[in-house]
Amino acid sequence: MSTNIWIWIAALLTLAIYSFLYKDNIVYKIAEYLLVGVSIGYSISITWYNVVIAKMVVPIRDQHNYLIIIPILIGFLMFFRFSRKQSWLSKIPISFVIGWGAGVAIPLGFQTTIVEHIKNTIAIPWFGGNILLLVNALIIFVGVVATLVYFYFSVPHKGTIGKIANLGIWYIMIAFGASFGYTVMARISLFIDRAQFLLHDWLGLIH
Amino acid sequence: MNFWIRISSLDRRWVYLLMALAVIIPFFVNITIPIKISPPSQNLYTFIDTLKPDSGPILISFDYDPSTQGELTPMAIAILRHAFSKNIKVITMSLYPTGIGIAENITSTVAKEFHKVEGKDYAVMPYAPGYSAVILSIGESIKNTFATDYYGNRTDTMPIFKNVKNFEQIPISISISGSSTPYAWITYGYTKYGEKIGVGTTAVSATSYYPYLRTKQVVGMLGGLKGAAEYETLVRKFYHVKGRAMATIGMNSQSMGHILMIILIILGNISYFAIRKQNKRSA
Repeated sequence: MSTNIWIWIAALLTLAIYSFLYKDNIVYKIAEYLLVGVSIGYSISITWYNVVIAKMVVPIRDQHNYLIIIPILIGFLMFFRFSRKQSWLSKIPISFVIGWGAGVAIPLGFQTTIVEHIKNTIAIPWFGGNILLLVNALIIFVGVVATLVYFYFSVPHKGTIGKIANLGIWYIMIAFGASFGYTVMARISLFIDRAQFLLHDWLGLIH
Repeated sequence: MNFWIRISSLDRRWVYLLMALAVIIPFFVNITIPIKISPPSQNLYTFIDTLKPDSGPILISFDYDPSTQGELTPMAIAILRHAFSKNIKVITMSLYPTGIGIAENITSTVAKEFHKVEGKDYAVMPYAPGYSAVILSIGESIKNTFATDYYGNRTDTMPIFKNVKNFEQIPISISISGSSTPYAWITYGYTKYGEKIGVGTTAVSATSYYPYLRTKQVVGMLGGLKGAAEYETLVRKFYHVKGRAMATIGMNSQSMGHILMIILIILGNISYFAIRKQNKRSA
């Protein structure tokens, strides 16, 4: 059994959180509020030292880089969101963020998530001895087309279009099934981690 | 019939108890379920395995917080052990303020196992805000992005950064994430700078990244605890590494948990149809 006080605290808090599985109770609530409070407090302290001090105070105080005062002041305008009369000032930093974000993200995002994937779906590789590659490419090609047809609502889903849309539903269901299977695996994994922590790190019952 | 009605109205706490037993009992039973290596895990392993000590440092971004560390920490440890076994230098960082402590803790712990020196063999970067801006900034200059490391040492004086300017000298960047940050690494790292990207992700997010493997925008991927166990298995097979194989140990429990889930789903469905049939007869 561990003699480390922090392991004990973590173990007792873990049990407090799991007590919710039996029913909601005060011990669970204390642990929950503690988690939220500590997470936010930790994030604020990290941000304070790594952003406010390191990126704002140090450059001005130690490196005499006074130019960064301009973006700092623009950033501070964001706090005018709290003023009813002067809230329009907050639109200035927001416009910078949206302008920069859109300018950078749209072309790169389009290339990454649309162009590359369309290219890869259209370009069905010749199997070159491995027929499974060709079959795989065809399954994906048919799946993309059928799923897109399912989400095309400008024509009624009847006749051939209806049949293709139905095939699209099957593809979507298979995708949901795969996601659900992975989700189950993820949730069990998190419990496995806590079980290992309790049985190995805390109680020392397993190696 | 009473049996199926009982099953359908079973108190969910019995399910929790059964799941707890299914997960805990395998820890005490000496059974080994073989782990088959999937191509995405193999590809990531092979890429790192072909690197040499002078190939430049690899970058591992711990883009997660404690809520998902059960799945992600084992893969981070396995990759670090692989890199240090091959004397490959490692730079670690986090795009999350709550992830930087995890990055420092794991990196320094695994580095001690291999007697690696901070600043020379590995470096931990501090938190920098704005994840897309950080990735783009590393693409221009990593030393400008992080003027100091996590411990406050100046990066321009550290041996690990001697010939490292940006992504061009970093053979691969691996985002270990429980969220969408790998998208950012692919978008800004791969598309903009042509950086090779590896992904380690929670099982929930794994299906989202399979299309990027097919387009080769991602070199390889570790999906959930299974991906971590696969990587651990590969590293242990080819390198003499010590320390607990957390993911591999957990896979027996994982398998038992899955078997229980399948049984419960089948029972739930049979119960549903049996009760429906009974209700139709009664009507």
